[in-house]
Order: sequence, then structure tokens, then C-alpha cells
Amino acid sequence: MKLQQNTRLALYSLLEFAADPTRHIAASEIAQKYGVSPHHLAKVLAELARAGVVQSVRGVGGGYRFAGNARRLTMMDIVARFEETSPPETEPTPGARAIARVLGEIDEIAKATFSSITLATLLRSMQREPEGEAAADPPAPATAVASGRGLRG
Amino acid sequence: MPTSSGPASPRARRGTSARASTKASARSPNAIEPAVVVRPVRNEDIEAVIGIDTLVTGQEKRAYWRSVFRRYGTGLESASQFLVADHGGEVLGFVIGEVRDWEFGSPPCGWVFVINVTPKVRQTGVGAQLLEAVCAGFRREGVRTVRTILARENTLILSFFRSQGMTTGPFIPLEMSLES
Repeated sequence: MKLQQNTRLALYSLLEFAADPTRHIAASEIAQKYGVSPHHLAKVLAELARAGVVQSVRGVGGGYRFAGNARRLTMMDIVARFEETSPPETEPTPGARAIARVLGEIDEIAKATFSSITLATLLRSMQREPEGEAAADPPAPATAVASGRGLRG
Repeated sequence: MPTSSGPASPRARRGTSARASTKASARSPNAIEPAVVVRPVRNEDIEAVIGIDTLVTGQEKRAYWRSVFRRYGTGLESASQFLVADHGGEVLGFVIGEVRDWEFGSPPCGWVFVINVTPKVRQTGVGAQLLEAVCAGFRREGVRTVRTILARENTLILSFFRSQGMTTGPFIPLEMSLES
């Protein structure tokens, strides 16, 4: 499955901030790392600031810093802010409804998975990653294929 | 910490009971002192076990826990483990697990089907210590995989198992209503 670009950028940014909650990181630094424009990332960070999980720091050495609780903040908290997670409207035909039920099962499993993974768990999983699996480059900021329905992409 | 439940068919293997007396190797920053010791359950621990379960689930299941003790707490089957976290004589949590052979077509693996920690010591590493101890017992039995199954709404314990490194396994639970 794929998440939309803004969702992934939000998660990447939060991992950067939460890895060292005392550090202020400039939006431009994260934008450069993930190959997106600072302007684009600023919108994502503004949404995270509205959610209260990052805080903007003004002045020299300013930027953003982590303001959440990494052991409580789950992937679902972030996904729900950036993706359409509401159930679809009632389908008109039996075939469409049968398919919608299957897609609904997938959505429920995805939601349960996202809800069970905290930022702290993600950070630990990064530390556990075997050397050989370390990506040479940061994740590609490819355009996500959004399904427009639920959590699937 | 809530409970998770797995299938129920013990493999018959007689031997010595799981011997656990562990202290967490990587202590939680909130770890309580003196250190918690994980050891096999004793008959006198059952009231505390019932109390923790009642506190967590809101439902007292006295007869159930007595039968669980008779089945898993006797120490007669080495593949079964019923361990408690003991803090100076106070039971703070417990875990029950068992190695099962070829269940659902799987090669022998360890199943954790109950883990519970009294709410006042959550986030202190007691749950992690219990899981570590039961996994050490599974390793002694020669298995290399540990599994559990739980309700997907149970995000508290799902998050706990995730934080300990568990990921989605290769099996998918299915069900259907038997009502007409």
C-alpha cells in the first residue's frame, strides 16, 4: 500500500524530530533530505504544528522541534490527519457492496496496524535495521497513488 | 496490560518446569527498584493473578484462573510457562506461554496467550521483562519464533508487542457467524 506524499513527509519529519527532541531542525534541511520544496514541506509542518506534535522555534537556529510523546503518538494519529479515512458511501449494487466489504476488511487491518505502531517503535525499528538493509538514499518522494477511498493507495 | 489469547491444545512433553529468574537486560528508564524478578508461579500467587486480571478486564474469573494454574502452573510440562513478576513479594504481572507443535500447520513455535501487568507499573519495563523471560524459556525449548493473537481494537497491548519487535505474522485469522 502507499500513503500520500504529505502523509509520508509528515512521518519522515516526525522521525527526524523525535530522534532528538531537543534539537531544532530547519524545514529546509528536511526538505533537502527528502527532495521536496521547502514551501511544500512547510504546509505539512504547519499541519503537524496545529496537531501539537511539533513546535516552531523562531530566530537564529530556529526551525521546528518535537513536541509530542513518542511513546504515545501512533502512525494512525498522523495518517488520520493527512488521509481520507472515513468509510465510503453506500454502494448501489450487490457487486459493489461485496467488493466494498473486502476493501473494508483491508482498511480495518490497516487501521489496527497503524494504531499499534508508535513513533518510539518506529525509531527502535530503524535502530534494529540490519546494516545490509540500510537504504543508500532517503525514501523517494514519489507521488503516491491515492485511491480516494479509505486508507488504500 | 490486557490479555491476548491463542489456541488451546498443549503438546505433551514432560520435563522440568520453565525456570525463570531474570532481570531485564535493558532496563526501562522508569524501571522500579528493587529490581523485579521473574519466576515461575506458585499456588499462593493465584489471588494476585486474579486481582490483576480483574483490575485490567473488569471481570473476575476465579474458576478460570484456578484451572489455568492447574494446567500451566504445575511445572510438569517444560513446554508450558506460567511466570510472575515478583517485586519484593508483590506480584506485579504475569505471563503464560506454551510451545506448540504444528498448530495451524506451523513448525513448533512459542505462543504467548496471556500477559498482564498491574496498571500502576505500566511503562516501567515489567511487561518487557515478562516477555523476555517467556521468550528465553521458548529458546531453551529450541523454538525460534514467538507468536500471539489478539483483538485488533486492543491497541494498548498491540502497541506493547510492537514495541518489543513483534510484527504481523504469516497467518490470517478468519471467522464467520454461526447464527442463521
